[in-house]
Amino acid sequence: MSAPLTSLDRPNSYIGRSVPRPNAKRLLAGRGRYISDLRLPRMLYAAFLRSPHAHAKIVSINTDEARALEGVHLVAIGADLAKICAPWTGTLDHFKGMTSAPQLPLPLDRVVWAGQAVVAVVAESRAIAEDALELIEVDYEDLLAVVDIDSARDAGGPVINPGSANNTCFRAQLDNGTVDDAFAHAAHVVEEEFSFGRHTAVTLEPRAIVADYDPAAGALTVHHATQTPYQFQDLYSRHYGIPEARVRVIATDIGGSFGMKLHVYHEDMAVVGLSILLGRPVKYVADRIESFVSDIHARDHRVRARMALDAKGEILAMDVLDLTAIGAFSTYPRTSVVEGNQVIRLMGAPYRFKNYRASLEVIFQNKVQTSQYRAVGHPIACAVTERLVDMAAAKVGLDPFAIRAQNFIADDAYPQTSPTGYRFEALSHQASLKRLHELMNYDGLRAEQADLRKRGVYRGIGIAAFVEITNPSPAFYGVGGARISSQDGAILSLTPSGEVRCLISVTEQGQGTEAIINQIVADQLGLGQEHVKVITGDTEVTPHGGATWACRGAGIGGETALQATRLLKRNILEIAALILQEQPSALDIIDGELVDAGTRNQRMPISEIARIAYFRSDTLPPGTQAQLTVSHHFAPQGYPFAFTNGIQGCSLEVDVETGFIKMLKHFIVEDCGRVINPMLVDEQLRGGIVQGLGAALFEECRYSETGQLVNGSLADYLVPMPTEMPDIVIAHVETPTADTVLGAKGVGEAGTAAASACVLNAVNDAIAPFDATINSIPITPVKVLKALKRF
Amino acid sequence: MSGFDETLLDDADETVRVRFIVNGRKVACEVAPRETLVDCLRNTLELTGTHAGCEMGACGACLVQLDGRAVHSCLMFAVQADGAAINTIEGLTESGVIADLQAEFHRRNALQCGFCTPGMLVNAHELLLQVAQPSREEIRDALSGNYCRCTGYEAIVDAIDAVAKARSEGGGAT
Repeated sequence: MSAPLTSLDRPNSYIGRSVPRPNAKRLLAGRGRYISDLRLPRMLYAAFLRSPHAHAKIVSINTDEARALEGVHLVAIGADLAKICAPWTGTLDHFKGMTSAPQLPLPLDRVVWAGQAVVAVVAESRAIAEDALELIEVDYEDLLAVVDIDSARDAGGPVINPGSANNTCFRAQLDNGTVDDAFAHAAHVVEEEFSFGRHTAVTLEPRAIVADYDPAAGALTVHHATQTPYQFQDLYSRHYGIPEARVRVIATDIGGSFGMKLHVYHEDMAVVGLSILLGRPVKYVADRIESFVSDIHARDHRVRARMALDAKGEILAMDVLDLTAIGAFSTYPRTSVVEGNQVIRLMGAPYRFKNYRASLEVIFQNKVQTSQYRAVGHPIACAVTERLVDMAAAKVGLDPFAIRAQNFIADDAYPQTSPTGYRFEALSHQASLKRLHELMNYDGLRAEQADLRKRGVYRGIGIAAFVEITNPSPAFYGVGGARISSQDGAILSLTPSGEVRCLISVTEQGQGTEAIINQIVADQLGLGQEHVKVITGDTEVTPHGGATWACRGAGIGGETALQATRLLKRNILEIAALILQEQPSALDIIDGELVDAGTRNQRMPISEIARIAYFRSDTLPPGTQAQLTVSHHFAPQGYPFAFTNGIQGCSLEVDVETGFIKMLKHFIVEDCGRVINPMLVDEQLRGGIVQGLGAALFEECRYSETGQLVNGSLADYLVPMPTEMPDIVIAHVETPTADTVLGAKGVGEAGTAAASACVLNAVNDAIAPFDATINSIPITPVKVLKALKRF
Repeated sequence: MSGFDETLLDDADETVRVRFIVNGRKVACEVAPRETLVDCLRNTLELTGTHAGCEMGACGACLVQLDGRAVHSCLMFAVQADGAAINTIEGLTESGVIADLQAEFHRRNALQCGFCTPGMLVNAHELLLQVAQPSREEIRDALSGNYCRCTGYEAIVDAIDAVAKARSEGGGAT
């Protein structure tokens, strides 16, 4: 890494500096432009009638009365949209043998989860559309519903997809080393079965879309609250047969996404089709109950795992079975098997052992689909591994810090390949562990815990190390045939006034993408931050790229911006050299001024270069063509993923009378490589941790025996609120990736990856004096009391 | 227009005239009895800074200041607000009364997607009008009905705490 990237004492050294987000002031003034705010001329509103059954045949649908209602423009059933929309199938080639049934915007003859959209109404207002829904009659014939992992796997039980032999979507096996031998010769074996409840993203702004098809131009514009506008441009083009260049997807401000808003939803596809049928803009915003029954859910895993150790506490082997139940379909286009795949591949990632075996079974059931949501698979792999490590520590008689220190891959032993097949470039588990020990005053917490126990106060201390997948290459989706880009593109211009405009394919969901791109461009060009404008989220304007998912914005988007800026700077210096009769290498740019590279003496503002190039090209030497706009793409090469690592710790108190858990303090030491904006990184960690704490303690989509979601509202589904959440103490270790100049890796999922594991270990630590254990997330008061045999 | 079937004009089409003072200006509009205040503000008056999150009073995204108090505009019909003085994020911004809160939220990045932010600010504003120097616990308690999925809340608590201290020291408000 070149030193200037971290030197904060020179002008315009924005990389590594905590600067506020330039685009946040609009949001603070209530001037955000969310899709749910958008109103277009002649816009109509869609509403959907949803299935009350988890599994049923559609016998008949009567829409006559609804069609007759004043203000209703269109009532569409499955067959209407099937005529214009090509079906989609949520499989990828690199998941060998996986199956999933074809999907359409609205079903033709069968519903497969309670809440599935069945009929669409488009009307002059949402209220009229909802009135019309009440006039529709659907005759269903109930089918047996499959609502849990066990009944889904029952031989001879109901099969969800006709034509399939069973409810299996996908199976995978990993087997490395000599697992049976390691267990046969182990001094200690720890084993546990874990369960992880379903939860969901609960973005504060629900899903929102406005599709606007112009039949005169044969062009479709979709204003879509999504992370991935290019992916949807491609999908709308291919499924509705509209040339790609005539499909524009605009993703403006978005009220949270966290992975949830990058999947194809039946309603969203339907809205596009409805706009095509009507030739008018059609808007759909999910209400909260619709969000709960139609947004993707995540997790829903049952994991049986065991770990073998020698007499000194050296980990020898892990053996894992992960059963996970998705919906009746695999989600498109990223599938619903990535989470399970990452669970079995992230197991044991921080540790040195070589013997590993895992089976993954992904199962269909009659619930809404699960798919990628913040920290895909990480919380499960982390909780299983770290709980087993704690159980092993107790069995061997080691402190949780000591067993980890003994078993971590040494910081100087990289590169390493894990027994699950991941290649790690450079991680810092040892340094992070050491730092966490100081940060949380571990010895002090243990002393306090011992004192309080004498007084009947049960505090728990938990730690959990993690590895996070960031900066994905085409190995993630591209190799499976998905048209999901792993590269990004940027177009950078020096404007006639000497400012810089950057159009870039990574997108903003509030994490600060535009801010860090701004910092990188300003830093690398040598310009005040206020003179750089970053534009994102419009396929008509910004170049095609992966956009934002899997923690790729800083590492890949940032490198794209860095390389593009260096090209623009080279071009500016070439023109400046001609004007000043110098060699380009003798010049530099500082704070918007051309300077002598050696003395830093000012020669000319870059605005003057721009003025001459744009308006007085006649004064440049003959044959000179100033190139003050550059376009540049960057695709990650080298390691398939830039893995990051870190460790979390927490202190909490369990009320053994009520089962309530009070979070006292949370700690994280994290290594995301080069930190571009420390404040934004810390806020990603805090937000991610709190999302993980929600999963650990509160959040679960609860279903009845008939497959009805029973807590689909924000009064019934508990999310973490300010009162229950602790303050979070943060420290960093920086191990930049050598695959890029910038050296940045991702950070958005690190908090969520280990927070629930940390709490699981801490709660078990707190109730250890009662010989009680808990192996199920969320850890509700009822589960605590049951473990304590008080309920 | 002949042939119009009068029976199609059912109750849902009937509107009621309501009058408010919104962000300091007199406003009159025709609303359906079933229209909530948040829908009226957002759709009829185009004040889209107020957001609908849960539509049942649990998330705080729709908070507005109504006759001086923070009120869930999703739990109130527009007709119920007839005669009220309402301030939304747009009005509170223009009048400058929360400028110090907004600046501190910005400085500390106490927002990400920004969808909860107007409601957070309305509630923080009310808290600081009632309690000059709230403790961190009191701040967290006051925000217990404001859901934020992005931040983890700590920066929001820090920002409100800092503004409370600056206001108490006098001259801190900008």
